Formats: sequence, C-alpha cells, structure tokens
Amino acid sequence: MPQGTTAVLGPSGSGKSSLLRMLNRLSDPDLGTVHFKGKDVRTFDVLDLRRRAVLVPQLPAPLPGTVADNVRYGPSLCEREADVNACLGRAGLARTYATRDAAELSVGEQQRVMLARALALGPEVLLLDEPTSALDEAARDGVERTLEELAEEGVAMVLVTHDRWQAERIASQVIELREGRVVA
Amino acid sequence: MSSIDVTLVEVAATLVLVVIAAVVSRWRRAELEKDLAVAVLRSFVQLTAVGYAIQAIFDSDSLLLVVALLAGMVAFGTFTARGRAKDVPRALGPVALALTVAATTTLGLVLALGVFEPEPRYLVPVGGMVIGNAMTAAAVALNRLADEIGGSRAAIEATLSLGATARQAAAGAVTRSLRSGMIALIDSTKTTGIVFFPGAMTGMLVAGAEPVDAVRLQLILLWSLLGSVALSALIATGLGYRGFFTPAHQLRDAGPR
Repeated sequence: MPQGTTAVLGPSGSGKSSLLRMLNRLSDPDLGTVHFKGKDVRTFDVLDLRRRAVLVPQLPAPLPGTVADNVRYGPSLCEREADVNACLGRAGLARTYATRDAAELSVGEQQRVMLARALALGPEVLLLDEPTSALDEAARDGVERTLEELAEEGVAMVLVTHDRWQAERIASQVIELREGRVVA
Repeated sequence: MSSIDVTLVEVAATLVLVVIAAVVSRWRRAELEKDLAVAVLRSFVQLTAVGYAIQAIFDSDSLLLVVALLAGMVAFGTFTARGRAKDVPRALGPVALALTVAATTTLGLVLALGVFEPEPRYLVPVGGMVIGNAMTAAAVALNRLADEIGGSRAAIEATLSLGATARQAAAGAVTRSLRSGMIALIDSTKTTGIVFFPGAMTGMLVAGAEPVDAVRLQLILLWSLLGSVALSALIATGLGYRGFFTPAHQLRDAGPR
C-alpha cells in the first residue's frame, strides 16, 4: 500500500473496486499477496487492519441513528472514544449535523458522514471508492477540497475513480487499470 | 378421555372434499392436481405408517423407543428445514442443534414441571408438535436471514470496514430473522379460538373430551411451542449467520457485481 495520495483509474469493471476491497481484506486475491507496512495483510489481525486502512464505500450506507451515532460506532467497537465535532469538521460538516438523523441527509451529506466515521478511527490509510460518483459538481468540489486537506494533514489515500481529471487534481501518483491489468 | 372409532369408509368419504380442490385447480388452471394427488397419497401412507409405529411404541411402553422416534423426527426435520433454507450456506449444523435443543429443552421442562407424565402417549404427539414447529421456525428464520443478508450486503460490508466482526455486522439481520421465525406462532396464538381452532383441541373435542380439558391442554401446548420456537429460531439464526462469512470476517462471494 503506497504513501501519499494514489489514484486508481480505469473504466467500470476494470477491477478498481476489487483491488480496493483487497486492501482492507473485504476479499482476498486468488493469486498474489497484498502488503501493508511491508508485511502481507493476512498476517495482521483483520479487524485491526480494517481500523488502520479504512474503506469509505462508493454508496453511503449509514447505520440507523444520528450522525454522531455513526461517527462513534467504529471507535466504540474497540473501546475508544470519538471526538465527534473534530471528525465532522475534518469531513467538512458543521457541528449541527451531529444530532441529525443520518438517514434523512442528502447523498452528498451522507458521503461526508461516511468520511467522518472513517476518520473517527484515526486511519493511516483511507481507501476511497468513487467517493464523489453520487454527487453533483458543487458537492464533488467540496469533497475534493476536503480530501486535499486530509492529504496535507498526512493521511495516505487510495482513491478509486473513473474520472481522469479528478485523479490528476488530487493524486500524487496514478495507477491505471484495464480488464484487471495495470496499464499505466 | 373416551375414544372414538373412525372407519376407513368415513376417511374415504372425505375424498369428496379433495375432489373439490382438484376441480378448482383444473378449472382455474392452477396446475396443482398432481401435487394434490401426491399430497393425499403421501399423507395417507405417512400417517398410516406412523400410526402403526406409534401403536407399536404404545404397546411396548418403552421410553427408549420414544427417544429413537423423536431423534428420527429431529433428523428428518433437520433435512427438511435445511432444504427449505437452501440459500443459507452450511445450515445443517445450526438447524440440527436448533431442533435438538428445542425438543430436549421443551420436553424436558414439561416433564420436570409435571405437566405430563413420562409416557409414550404424551411424549410422542407433543414431541412431534414441538419438533414440527421448531423446524418451521428454523426454516422461516433462516430463509429470512438469507434475504436480509443478500439485501444488505453493501451495508454489512460498510460495517465490516469499520472494524466490526461478522457477528456485529450481521446483528440487525439476525434479529429481524429471529423475529420472523417467531412471529407466525405468536400471531396465531393471539387469534387462537377466535379465527381458528387449533388441532389438538379440535381432536379432543371430536374425541368427546370436556371442552375445559381440551382448552387447558391446548394452552399447555401453545405456550410450550412458543418457547420451543423461540429457542429454535435463536439457535438457527445465531449460528446460521456464520455460513455467510469467512473466518476473516469477510462476506462470502462478495465480489462487487
């Protein structure tokens, strides 16, 4: 898993999401190994790995409850506290969102909640699966700015996208996939 | 309790009602005639066979034979429930345990509480009801579990991605499945006596028992079944969810699209 911001580019079905899912072991490759910190990911405790390399799904899947409930969920599983306001701020959400029902937010707002609850785990790497695919242009620009700020804070990112311009705007390196193979 | 005689002629006469069902099916092209014939034939053969088996067990008065018969019912019920919940991977173990625990706990408790004497004439029919209802509850709950997990794969994987275990990620689906396994019996228990007469009570009334006795026995059965159905659905779903996950807390066959 690389440092900095890496964009994985390619058309639908080229294996971008599959690659991302192998990085936090939602699935394992048929062949080959994935390395994190120089070691095979399968040598890590899988739950611990997923807290260090946190995947933000393509479509928001909020848990039932408020935004704050969503942000606290991940840390609560490993008996950690979450600084809800700080996480919301880093994900570009105002504090007033904390008490709102996550299910009633717009898709763009929910996508930021997904980001906030991922950040609550203090990840070393963020795995982002088309984080702006469901958003309009204004919301997309906002999320991109947020990602750039996180990159400046030193959060490593792997960003899956089909948008070449987005890849070039945000990423420090770009990997291009086609039909499951790296082409660039 | 007095007993009544039922002749084969009387049984055969009720085939007229089956003919009505066949005519309806043929007329409206429901294409159920063949299933109907199979159902009638199988019910006759199976019930006749079990009738003689029960007669033999009653005559022998052997509790060992009772246990063997109940174990056979559990085995048959396990395979039937597994067949109905075919979308649940590795369901056999959870279903077998669910039916075994439901049967032994329920029968053990009604015996320990002194509700029934430990005699074949109680244990066989009550055991059959307990196992049959436990089987249905396990099958319904597991079917629902497959639907729940299949319909919320994205949400479950999103939860796994936050460091949740398979158990934590499936908790909502497991609870909803448990509910669906229990709800049918709870609902029919609510309406019992108003909309329909349950089988045991009907049987006792037809056989000439006092209505008060028939009602009391029915309450004992219904309330016991509630416990056995809950145990069965709890174990089936509480263990059955594991079949959907790998030991590394991965949802099986979870490749995107």
